[in-house]
Amino acid sequence: MVLGVAMEKLALQPSYQSSKPSLWHTLFGEPVRTFGVVSLLLLISLAIAPAKNHFSEWRHYQKKYLALIQNRGDALTLQRHFYQHDGIQQIWLPQLGVVDRCTTCHVGLKEASVGDVSTQPFRRHPAIPHTVDQFGCVMCHRGQGPATTVEEAHSSTLAWEQPILPARYVQSSCGQCHRAPLTGTPQLNLGRNLLSRYGCVHCHTIKLPDGSAMKPTDDPPSLEHIADKTTREWIYAWLKDPQAYAVTATMPNFKLSDPDARDISAFLIANSTPLPGDTEAVAETRAVAPDPAAGASLYGESFCASCHAVQNAAGNVVGGDVGPELTRVGNKVKPEWLRAWLRNPRVYDSGTAMPHYRFTDPQVSLLTGFLGSKTDSDLLANVHLDAATPEQIAHGKLLVTEYGCASCHEINGVKKPDNFAPELTRIGNKPLTQILFLPGMTHALPDYIAAKIRQPRSFGAALKMPQFSLAPAQIDALTTALLALTDHSQDLPRALTVPAKPVSNYHPAGKAGQLMSDLACFSCHAINGRGGDMAPDLTWEGSSVQRPWLLAFLKNPGTLRPALIRRMPRFNLSDSDAAELTDYIITVYQTPAFDRDSMSAGSYPPAQVEQGKQLFYSKYACQSCHIVDTKADKGYIGPTLTQVGSRLTAAWIYHYLRDPQTMRPGTIEPNRNMNDGDARALTAFLMTQKGSGKQEAKK
Amino acid sequence: MISHWRTLFAFSLLLVIAGCTSNSAPVSNLKPTGFGSALVESSGGKQIGPTGMVLADPLVVQVNDEQGTAVAGALVEFSGPAGVSFDPPSGLTDSSGQLSTNVALGGMAGRYQFTARTSTKAGKSVELKIEEIAMGYQQQVGFQLDKKYCARCHNPESTPERVSNYDNLEVKPHPFVEGDTLNKMSDADLTAIISHGGPALGKSALMPPYGYTLSKTEIEGLIAYIRLISDPPYHAAGTVYAQK
Repeated sequence: MVLGVAMEKLALQPSYQSSKPSLWHTLFGEPVRTFGVVSLLLLISLAIAPAKNHFSEWRHYQKKYLALIQNRGDALTLQRHFYQHDGIQQIWLPQLGVVDRCTTCHVGLKEASVGDVSTQPFRRHPAIPHTVDQFGCVMCHRGQGPATTVEEAHSSTLAWEQPILPARYVQSSCGQCHRAPLTGTPQLNLGRNLLSRYGCVHCHTIKLPDGSAMKPTDDPPSLEHIADKTTREWIYAWLKDPQAYAVTATMPNFKLSDPDARDISAFLIANSTPLPGDTEAVAETRAVAPDPAAGASLYGESFCASCHAVQNAAGNVVGGDVGPELTRVGNKVKPEWLRAWLRNPRVYDSGTAMPHYRFTDPQVSLLTGFLGSKTDSDLLANVHLDAATPEQIAHGKLLVTEYGCASCHEINGVKKPDNFAPELTRIGNKPLTQILFLPGMTHALPDYIAAKIRQPRSFGAALKMPQFSLAPAQIDALTTALLALTDHSQDLPRALTVPAKPVSNYHPAGKAGQLMSDLACFSCHAINGRGGDMAPDLTWEGSSVQRPWLLAFLKNPGTLRPALIRRMPRFNLSDSDAAELTDYIITVYQTPAFDRDSMSAGSYPPAQVEQGKQLFYSKYACQSCHIVDTKADKGYIGPTLTQVGSRLTAAWIYHYLRDPQTMRPGTIEPNRNMNDGDARALTAFLMTQKGSGKQEAKK
Repeated sequence: MISHWRTLFAFSLLLVIAGCTSNSAPVSNLKPTGFGSALVESSGGKQIGPTGMVLADPLVVQVNDEQGTAVAGALVEFSGPAGVSFDPPSGLTDSSGQLSTNVALGGMAGRYQFTARTSTKAGKSVELKIEEIAMGYQQQVGFQLDKKYCARCHNPESTPERVSNYDNLEVKPHPFVEGDTLNKMSDADLTAIISHGGPALGKSALMPPYGYTLSKTEIEGLIAYIRLISDPPYHAAGTVYAQK
């Protein structure tokens, strides 16, 4: 009304008053006109808010979505879902502190039928074990949940630090709740493994939600008696470039200057104390002519390659990664130390993963000769060190303390430093304001972490963190594992987290226990939750095998799976030691589920045996993976069953057939949901497979 | 009052500017010193990796001349669909005529086709099409399960760590890439054969049932993985919608 009057006045203005009226005069020349214009401006400014709302980004996306689904076959369903709650969408989970409005624009996220749509933001979420309503979006993807513009939701702004997590690190989010390895998160599992394996947690503390700290698994050697083992020249070369000695070495490169490496090597040698029995007087060495062929075959027969790798001529590293790579071991160790080590490694390192093989003297000489020949003439060719001066040794000690060498290695007179490097327990939420970014770097936490791992010293030449040799995929995996260490990972309600299996510190008792430590059984086998995964879990081995077989196997392990490269080595056990171990295993490692002697070892009715044979070959087709008849069967996946009747107990076979995964968690033998009659018949048939010494020998 | 006008004007101008965002394509400022006539893939194609992540092996391409000799200093540029990134996106070939780049796949599971490009002396563009496969969460679960349970029989190739059982079987299993056969089987068929074994579909009993060993989601993951790697590619027989 007011506006109308003002407009009228404006229209009635005499046109002769001024030929060229100024804009100011036209609009505000008279009080009534002023009033009209001001009213108009007020109206416009009042309209800004609703207009802004009307033209907001999210409405634009919702309109685009409606246009996209308009002509589809499933349009009616999709439209019904959409109009049930149009406007701004919100997922509110007070317990998790989640307020997410992402579904306002990501409209098709929960629609099962839009799998063919590939344009964002309308894609369906890929199938994962959780739903959007359970955890919201930002728990996994980061970003700003309550924001309703593209920019604010996805990028970091002055008021919001967390941009969207790049897809390559998204597995880190699973790790906030899941401490145990998951099938679907190989990258996260690898990253966590690397944190322990590369010894990151020697210097950086990572506390787990249960209060314990993450433990390293790399077992760096003690340097207390290093002079017994190697030379100052080798230490120098190793310090300068560990990967030049062994490409698989996990020891990082500290980028030491020549004088620094010289001084540290001087200190370590001068600081080393001799260990009685650690080296064998060379005079004692029996004169055995070096026999490379016999040495190589003993190396093979002893299955050294199950744990140790060697780089072949093509540059490929072949072998296990439990022990150190041996490509150039001849450059490193002194022959007299190697002899003593092969005779009994536990003298030098009581906790080593290496078994005490009980080699005979000629065998020790053969292996020493063979390993000693593994050298690289270039490695130490240019290392010439003068005798160390006291100043150099003192400076070396200073450097050893400064670089925190004792965080990983035991060194006489140097204490293991506490909290040598920053704690990483909550690194996944480190505020950006606390980070010094390099010029040209994206200001985001993942980029910072990855850059720091890739090239720590690029953040300052004086920094102590050394250079690790990691492949790009390993760096991504480590970054993922570190990004999982968020505030959520520590503070989420216990009910929501999935803890890792508790670490067992099981130690078998008595003489058998000592034997098992001496033979390092736990390096390959797990028992009661402790040990490696290279060989079968022995927790219930006592229920599983027959005594005579186990005794013979320990004396001379044959192979059960011909296709495997890694096998149980022969430890040259004495009769009494083998008997001691056998008795312990048979008596102690028994399942509570059944009595090992509850079923007969022989005497089954021929009809039942025949029925079992039929079932084996036709209904269950076991021959696709197992061999009973060496002439006809070819299955190479499971163990050979030619002598299973003298190896396993009948009760074990029966219960294993009924439920393999319960008897051996993680086995790939499928559960056939076998009925009792079939399982008994198959057991009867398998128990008749006694094998014979002669047949085995022929193979 | 004038200042109010100005503020309003400036505000609306800002809104307009904020609405228009522009993406400028990276311009390579490398000067090629060599020119080839052919572009070949040395290694790194046909890899499979998780979505959004860098593939395990770098992609290596080689520039050759008419005689098939490697050309050093030739400019190669990589380009791909949205979400795929290359590090570096372009570069000059080294002394052996090769250029290596790390490829990160996009955020959606599926096949990614991209192009490596170089130009001849005459300025003609030479292209090479490369394909990689990205796995989503489901396919990754399937990939892991395949490695553990299936590959020993279904993958005819042996590796140093795993001897294939394929040759030992009287009835040969279908390798999972064998799209000609597997694409004809519905998801329900595959679920039945995995859960109940070969005889469920009148096939060999050498294929055991895994329905009591694997969970429903695991079997779904396995099928998603089989569908992903199938060659020729699998196209789900779904409802066909009329396109506008």
